[in-house]
Amino acid sequence: MSQAQNGPILPAWRFRLLLGMIALVVVLLGWRALNLQVLDNGFLQYKGDSQHKRVVSLMAHRGMLLDRNGDALAVSTPVASVWADPKDVPLDDPRIEQLARLLDKPADKLRELLSKRARRDFVYLKRHMNPDIKQRLAELGLPGVDVRREYRRYYPTAEVAAHVLGFTNIDDQGQEGLELAFDDDLRGQPGKQEVVKDLIGRVIKTGKIQQAPRPGHDLYLSIDRRLQFIAYRELKKAVQRHQAKWASLVLLDAKTGEILAMVNQPAFNPNDRHQMRPEQLRNRAVTDLLEPGSTVKPFAVAAALKSGLFSRDTLIDTNPGRFRIGRKVISDFRNYGVIDVARVIQKSSNIGISKMALGIPKELLWETYADVGFGFAPATRFPGEAEGYLPFFGQWNDIERATIAFGYGLSVSPLQLAQAYTVFANDGELRRLSFLRRDEPMEGQQVLPAAVARQVRQMLESVVESDEGTGRRARIPGYRVAGKTGTVRKTGRGGYLEDSYRAMFVGMAPASDPRLVAVVVIDDPGGEDYYGGRVAAPVFAKVMAAALRLLNVPPDKISEDSWQPPLRMAGATQL
Amino acid sequence: MIAQPGKLRPLGDRRPNDNLTSVFSNLHIDWPLLAALGILMGIGLLILYSASGQDWATMQRQGVRLVVAWLVLIVVAQIAPRHLAFWTPWFYGIGLVLLLAVLLFGDVGKGAQRWLDLGLFRFQPSEMMKLAVPMMVAWYLSEKALPPSLARIGVSLLIITAPALLIAKQPDLGTAILVASAGIFVLLLTGISWRLIGGFVALLAAAAPVVWFYLMRDYQRQRVLTFLNPESDPLGAGYHIIQSKIAIGSGGLYGKGWLNGTQSQLDFLPERSTDFIFAVFAEEFGLIGIIALLAIYLAIVLRGLHIASLAQDSYTRLLAGSLTLTFLVYVFVNIGMVSGLLPVVGVPLPLVSYGGTSIVTLMAAFGILMSIQTHRKLLQS
Repeated sequence: MSQAQNGPILPAWRFRLLLGMIALVVVLLGWRALNLQVLDNGFLQYKGDSQHKRVVSLMAHRGMLLDRNGDALAVSTPVASVWADPKDVPLDDPRIEQLARLLDKPADKLRELLSKRARRDFVYLKRHMNPDIKQRLAELGLPGVDVRREYRRYYPTAEVAAHVLGFTNIDDQGQEGLELAFDDDLRGQPGKQEVVKDLIGRVIKTGKIQQAPRPGHDLYLSIDRRLQFIAYRELKKAVQRHQAKWASLVLLDAKTGEILAMVNQPAFNPNDRHQMRPEQLRNRAVTDLLEPGSTVKPFAVAAALKSGLFSRDTLIDTNPGRFRIGRKVISDFRNYGVIDVARVIQKSSNIGISKMALGIPKELLWETYADVGFGFAPATRFPGEAEGYLPFFGQWNDIERATIAFGYGLSVSPLQLAQAYTVFANDGELRRLSFLRRDEPMEGQQVLPAAVARQVRQMLESVVESDEGTGRRARIPGYRVAGKTGTVRKTGRGGYLEDSYRAMFVGMAPASDPRLVAVVVIDDPGGEDYYGGRVAAPVFAKVMAAALRLLNVPPDKISEDSWQPPLRMAGATQL
Repeated sequence: MIAQPGKLRPLGDRRPNDNLTSVFSNLHIDWPLLAALGILMGIGLLILYSASGQDWATMQRQGVRLVVAWLVLIVVAQIAPRHLAFWTPWFYGIGLVLLLAVLLFGDVGKGAQRWLDLGLFRFQPSEMMKLAVPMMVAWYLSEKALPPSLARIGVSLLIITAPALLIAKQPDLGTAILVASAGIFVLLLTGISWRLIGGFVALLAAAAPVVWFYLMRDYQRQRVLTFLNPESDPLGAGYHIIQSKIAIGSGGLYGKGWLNGTQSQLDFLPERSTDFIFAVFAEEFGLIGIIALLAIYLAIVLRGLHIASLAQDSYTRLLAGSLTLTFLVYVFVNIGMVSGLLPVVGVPLPLVSYGGTSIVTLMAAFGILMSIQTHRKLLQS
């Protein structure tokens, strides 16, 4: 077969060389693959991953704020935020125009934004859009533009609970109010997810969730949405009727210290931030300090009763309606003559309370005030909570002893005032306040002897129920009401203003076993009326009446004319 | 050598009684080659399904081409080598004319003139030359005793360079290289002396600058420069190579699994169902897969050389050897290019890449090999 003319004679060694070269080629290719796939594997794998793998954060759902009955006060709804990776967006693409139309933004602005942030990986184009934008963008197919799921906070009660709830910023973080106070509980933990992107930056596959987003906790607030709404409605009406500057209302559950309603006027709509002005944002009931005026007189009386130097029937001579202490003259509305302690409260006599304050050790007065929380923050965690101002008794002179007894020279927030009155509602026990629903009643702190607290409550009842009391307009059909009016002269530049007042009313009902405590403050009523008894007490009555009925509190007033002043004890002494 | 008067009997088969073998023999099919080609095409379809992004339309088109290619193989295998030899000069001559026609009237596709529109179908004469050139050189050299004289070598070189230059002018450097190497393999297999080979290589080295400055186009020069330093232009000319190296490298030892190659599935890898399909394969099947694939290619090459070594005359022996070695060059150039060993030259991965023309040509070549293997007859009259 190997004849010369039959075929080429390839020497065996040359054939082997040929085989060797073939083997060399195959080995060379195999070696190259080994090099790339095993030796350079890590580097090339990383290069590949860096082209298509991204980690995106997944927004966590923020917990809801619910009222005490589970009605929603703040909810987070999913929205779509449109963002872009400026490097991937072709600026000369005609689809930019369509994108601009979808986002309702000028195309020039969009281009400017993209070129200005060209070095960034991420820029928001428009936030919080209707989730259907995702579908429209997918149809548009412009590279580098994507949608991110976010949450927008929505407040179904709008203006009604605005100050209590506060609001979040666009990143869903608490900025004000309870949203800020309980931000840690409400805010979930964002998750992390790997996504796989293709050449033009579209997310092809949402990959492994490295960390699932943990939704925030829902919070049950102490607020009762129904009571909140009534309080809002009545306070707003009063502010309009009296052309007041501002107003606050706090409604507490006297037994538990839960804040059932808290309203300020003027308010704002947290769902529409365009109209918001900074001065509207303050939750004045918690953050603003004011001189409490006559509304603190019951605490001075309590101190006097506690001292044992005064009893309810102790007579005090307030003649002639003017009383000089040093260089200052204290006067009453009119000359009440010789009155007992109960009538000092009923008539709100400045002279009577001053004489009582001067008749007891000043540290006792300070201690009583401090025990009911004046000068100490109520510790509700509400941001910007005021602790008030109570000067130390060591520096008090006689004038200060007197003025502090009738409510000047110290300052409290409306919330503090409401808390202090729980002492009279609970036979001397001070309740700690809460913005969260309390499922079990909390132990109170006994700060006044029960007998003293009950006596003062009786006196407070006479303020409303007696036809001679200052708080007659706080009466509620079917319920006995105890309370105290206050008409405070406002301070301004250079001292107390002549014709600028703050009308206040603090009260509780039903007086036989108080269930609710409320404070109403109406600042600078502009009309004829400015007395607490005429401006603030009617608001109190309306809100309290509705609240008692809604909460099914049994009435304790048998007939409308049944109230009689308690019998005078024998051996009353005159001071 | 056994003679059985009156009856034709294949020589290469050790076991003439083997039924299956005789069936294949009568059909002029070489079953080991058939098996290897079948496996390779199966792998090709599998990876094309992944590279095309699970596109059934692509799969169907490729399936039709494969069927056509198999029919071509079977038909070619029936043609006895002596008939092939007879028609060789005609075949070569027609090919050369068609190449000229392409230069004059050809269709332009992707910046190159390669196609001839024959109304019914488009035809690439350069593909034809992949077979015609080695056939022609083998036919010419086997007329006289081997090794050939210097003059005959010179004529052979002319036979080779004329079509190669025409193809390079289209421009299609990849095909030109394959056509030229097919012809040169025939020359080398004739057992010409080492001195001549040495001189030839020296001549090529001397010609390199001429080729660089006068024959190569700008884009071709750019490709070579890019090959030498792909990172110099990562978004432009180097992009192909970088992406394909990343794809291969990120496959690792075992690969990412079928359909799971991120580089290829996410559009980062260009030309991934045609010239760069090897990168898709490497990413999804890893080093293990590459070794298996190379083993199959090696098996085909060794079978081809085996057929050449058994061939009975110079023409068939030279032709079989050249076609086999050209097939290896195909594999080497493609994988070398995709893995960054060689500059980017448009050569598909044989029998795997998407595209009809190259597969039909290759199957025709394997048809010739099978014909050579199965027409070996003991016919002593």
